[in-house]
Amino acid sequence: MSFEQALPYIFLLLMGVSVLVYATLDGFDLGVGVLLPGDNVEYRNKMIASIGPFWDANETWLVLAVGILLIAFPQAHSIILKELYLPALFLLIGLILRGVAFDFRAKAVTGLQRLWDKVFKAGSILASASQGFMLGMYVMGFDYHWLSVSFACLSAICVTSAYAYIGGAWLVLKTEGDLQISAAQKTRIAGWITALGIIAICVANPLINSDVAARWFNLPEAFLLMLIPLVSAALMIGTDIYLKHVPLKNDLACWVPFASVATLFFLCLLGLAFSFYPFIIPNKLLAVEAASSPKSLLFIFYGVAIVMPFILLYTLFSYRVFKGKTTALEYY
Amino acid sequence: MIETLLLSRMQFALNISFHYLFPSITIALAWFLFYFKLRHDLSAHPVWMRIYRFWVKIFALSFALGVVSGITMSFQFGTNWPGFMEKVGNIAGPLLGYEVLTAFFMEATFLGAMLFGMKRLPNWLHTLSTLLVAIGTSMSAFWILALNSWMHTPQGFEMINGVAEPVSWMEIIFNPSFPYRLAHTLVASGLTAAFLIAGVSAYRILKEDSKLAPKLALKTAMYSAALLMPLQILLGDLHGLNTLEHQPQKVAAMEGLWETQKGAPLILFAIPDEESRDNSAVISIPNLASIILTHDKEGEVKGLNEFKGKHPPVKPVFYGFRIMIGIGMLMLFVSWIVSGLLIRKKELPPFWLKTLFYMTFSGWVATLAGWYVTEIGRQPYLVSEVLLVADAVTDIPPANVIFSFTVYAIVYILLLVAYLHTIFYMARKSSKVEEFETKDVSMTKPFNHLERIERLSQQSNH
Repeated sequence: MSFEQALPYIFLLLMGVSVLVYATLDGFDLGVGVLLPGDNVEYRNKMIASIGPFWDANETWLVLAVGILLIAFPQAHSIILKELYLPALFLLIGLILRGVAFDFRAKAVTGLQRLWDKVFKAGSILASASQGFMLGMYVMGFDYHWLSVSFACLSAICVTSAYAYIGGAWLVLKTEGDLQISAAQKTRIAGWITALGIIAICVANPLINSDVAARWFNLPEAFLLMLIPLVSAALMIGTDIYLKHVPLKNDLACWVPFASVATLFFLCLLGLAFSFYPFIIPNKLLAVEAASSPKSLLFIFYGVAIVMPFILLYTLFSYRVFKGKTTALEYY
Repeated sequence: MIETLLLSRMQFALNISFHYLFPSITIALAWFLFYFKLRHDLSAHPVWMRIYRFWVKIFALSFALGVVSGITMSFQFGTNWPGFMEKVGNIAGPLLGYEVLTAFFMEATFLGAMLFGMKRLPNWLHTLSTLLVAIGTSMSAFWILALNSWMHTPQGFEMINGVAEPVSWMEIIFNPSFPYRLAHTLVASGLTAAFLIAGVSAYRILKEDSKLAPKLALKTAMYSAALLMPLQILLGDLHGLNTLEHQPQKVAAMEGLWETQKGAPLILFAIPDEESRDNSAVISIPNLASIILTHDKEGEVKGLNEFKGKHPPVKPVFYGFRIMIGIGMLMLFVSWIVSGLLIRKKELPPFWLKTLFYMTFSGWVATLAGWYVTEIGRQPYLVSEVLLVADAVTDIPPANVIFSFTVYAIVYILLLVAYLHTIFYMARKSSKVEEFETKDVSMTKPFNHLERIERLSQQSNH
């Protein structure tokens, strides 16, 4: 395979990486929004402060993922977004609302702050659930049969709770005291809902999609593949045990829940990718068929190769600057 | 299908107009912030930090609105205009991609450091973050205007099986209208931000905020506007000549000229009628259009009738152009008078403060008007001579678009109200805080403007 022929696959990989980074990073800040308590303004301030410096850049990974889809696989971009017209609208409205609520709450009249916090929470839930729904419909090949729609609704719940799961893990990492304990409790609940959701999806998907079943239950690969669910289960159980013991002495290994949920996200995406590769739209459109001209891919590939290290570098810089426990958010 | 076309156009116009309100501020406001921060670092005078802190909040708010409304744009290509990416995606895609890669991540990441990192970063790194955010916003303008300009004056590609394939990226990026459009847009942003700063500062002064910060900010903004406005007229003229060369039908609509003629008059006002293909209620200056466009009193200017059936709708282009020019002239007049007053005298009379307050968002009106001129002026094409708007639209049912359009419209109206309300609320609130003390001034920094600032602050106490 020549380099030019390999380009569509490189971009498929890049898109996968962007989606994973997006789900992990924006996942935690959406999740913090989902978990926002209605009755404790101090917690709300702290929670929102913990994502303040990051949410903007986190959301940019979505623009990159959609951007790669648009640039590298324009045909797939058109089909996917046409089929998901209304869910995409809800996703965008959710993102708009939470993005602006974040800024308005800090500046608005004190009386309006509560309202913006509610908008922030509602927007976060709407965006998370829409993403889950879109993922579900995508897996079902955009078939608007009642069975598929129910599956997509299940997926909406699962993704929302998964974001709450990683959001809670982020709070365990970034906060201390009562807030950390309360976050750990909520994270456990979100974890259990996520686990049930993942199990339900893993059962439903091969039942509805015979091609997927054929892939997963084909010996001898099946043995190797079984590692994915086994490791996932181990991670979730381990996380649950850790969370049960929060707060640990000296906040020992407070990064563990976040790291293991992030790994779980990676495994889930790996499972999805394995189910559908090399299709860009399950069973309908191959990535190669949807790819743009090699010249365009090459031009953008150079850009990615040069710029991506810098993006990673200053993303790391930003997380380093704001490492440690969250302090009150001070606008300068 | 016509309905979906019309609705999709309305929705796109709504989305992009709302979106552009915010970049039109932030592109230049970022540079103003960098200037404020730099003045603070060089003089160590706290008043620059006061100004910085006030405007960085408005920047953050505007930026957030720009980001979230911008994300909708990247979805719209797929949801409503699939034909665009199918036909010219090989060109448009990479340009958009470079915007995300070289601008979006940089802006968003360093914005976090700039907003919340003051106490965690060494001062030089914080100033650098401010600079990087400014570079990022301008970079973003570079790429998106490269694409937009290419849609007006496409080159550097070949059509293979009905799909545009890139031939030369240099030719694609630096297409004929790009340098003019980029310069014109950047300066427009400078003026928009300048009048915003001046307007909100004037509002603070009118609300009896007697501190130095709003006065100094107003002064900086007005001097900038007084310098930028003549430059903008020059750039606008060059941009117009470039348009005449590549899109003469657009210029004909802007000028309201139906017949090709030598020694064409400059029409100051008229009511163009596309049915009768004539103007009524005309006020014009003989020969001036020829002089402006051809630099020759008897030069020939092509009229709309040369492009029958292939020229844009005349009215919006004609009126939009006059609104833009009118506001530009007003900006020139006001910025020069106010600058003159500021140079000679100390206190601005309430009349001029009120004028500046009313002109707070004049940049928005001029920018949108100018933008409608150039974009509607490209009709009926989406990409000049390559792709018709009607051929790019989606085939989804109109009911879906009506629904999404309504939802967007409601959300945008609410957000705009909240935005305006918050800006003036912050302005009122700031008059109660941010006390200014000359005692705070450190003498250790180089380029000390202490004396001048003390003099200014004494003036401000009177």
